Amino acid sequence: METKVQRSKTLVEEICAIPGGEGILDCIQCGTCSASCPNASRMDHTPRMLIAMARAGMREEVLSSNAMWFCASCYLCTVRCPRDIKPTELMHALECLAVRQSLSNERTRTPIMYRSFSDFVYSIGSVPEVGFMTWFYLLSNPLRALKMAPLALSLLKHGRMSIKARRLKPEAERQLRAILDKAEVLGGMS
Amino acid sequence: MKYYTYFPGCSSSDGGAKAYGSSALAVAKALDVELVELEDWNCCGSTPYTSVDELASLCTSARNLALAEKRGLDLVTPCSSCYVILSRTNSHLKEYPELRVKVGKALAAGDLEYHGTVRVRHLLDILVNDIGLDEIASRVKRDLSGLKVAPYYGCQVVRPGPSFDHPESPQSLDRLIESLGAEATPFPLKARCCGGSLIIPEEDVALGLVNKLLDSAVGGGAECIITVCPLCQTNLDVYQGRVNKKFKTHYKIPVLFFTQLVGLAMGMGIKELGIEKCIVSAEKILAGYIER
Repeated sequence: METKVQRSKTLVEEICAIPGGEGILDCIQCGTCSASCPNASRMDHTPRMLIAMARAGMREEVLSSNAMWFCASCYLCTVRCPRDIKPTELMHALECLAVRQSLSNERTRTPIMYRSFSDFVYSIGSVPEVGFMTWFYLLSNPLRALKMAPLALSLLKHGRMSIKARRLKPEAERQLRAILDKAEVLGGMS
Repeated sequence: MKYYTYFPGCSSSDGGAKAYGSSALAVAKALDVELVELEDWNCCGSTPYTSVDELASLCTSARNLALAEKRGLDLVTPCSSCYVILSRTNSHLKEYPELRVKVGKALAAGDLEYHGTVRVRHLLDILVNDIGLDEIASRVKRDLSGLKVAPYYGCQVVRPGPSFDHPESPQSLDRLIESLGAEATPFPLKARCCGGSLIIPEEDVALGLVNKLLDSAVGGGAECIITVCPLCQTNLDVYQGRVNKKFKTHYKIPVLFFTQLVGLAMGMGIKELGIEKCIVSAEKILAGYIER
């Protein structure tokens, strides 16, 4: 009897399944994205390299890279890419895949910050800056909060810090929750 | 009178950029533009959320668009980040039919539907292209001649586009400054990145970018900078002290929201426009013009 073994998806296939990720197939490795990126010098792999590594199937190296987390979404690569592949979207796709695998990344605190931010959107539909920052420091490094104290005080002094969070009306909050719960049942983008 | 649905975004409504929201509303009113706030809007969907849970983020964003569609007007936001995210939701839903089905199902769970008809616009676009620079110039009451202003666009007001201005060397803010009677200074890095929200988790990276921007603005002879985004204003103004500390620089350049400069030119006061909320004080530079 013959058993059919289902092959697991390759990294490139997973990337392509996320809207915006499919451009990876068209990359010609010209390096325009890396040359345009304001943060490329801080990344462990430049955007061009990351694309090449993903296509070579280097799953662990790609998903544990700090590169996509240093993308500030400035879209300079996107408007310059001669193949119209939208590298910014590709970075978002890689972030999503990395998060599915694990949140911890020793080389950057950005995933934790993004998670704290998302927790607020999910729970109350808006992002009160004070609450979100506090949550982020608790999750990442409470000691860093001390370093930020002078800055926080100055914001407070200038009337730029609201302690109270803006809340949606209860029925609107329920509506948003119903939509997000349904989205979760639908199981993501791919 | 021109009518729009208004999406302030978290930061300009009740966050650190409250003065942006209030000055935007004051200026709009004075220009006969009615901005009616979208009732019970939620977070735009945000870049962080996009990167953690893309479908949830798109649905969050689509709820706003669905609510706005009922009013049938363009949706205007002063925040470049909200502008990019809401526009991206529109284009994603258009480009990916399967995604449209999923988002449609999720919205239905909240008794909403979205047909993709809402036009998302940035407030700068409204002022420059709908109201027009001649009209704005005709409303100027205060003489700002001689005030040297660096026009800072940042990224997301012009990228990825298609947008109302050039993605790398935009002009609309320059022309707006001139129509107010002030002088737009040369600013080579005017559409380069401020680091955005990376200032929180990766402060060193963002401070490096802010340093370059401030250097470019000051190098062009500017006395102040104007911005079109809450995040840009925060990074350039609130973090200016930390840039000085890190790079041993001595920047002391005020960073205003563009609506504050428009309001000033139209004769409004410092308090009314929330200019006293700038961390790097702008009062000294503006004092001479207020008294004119």
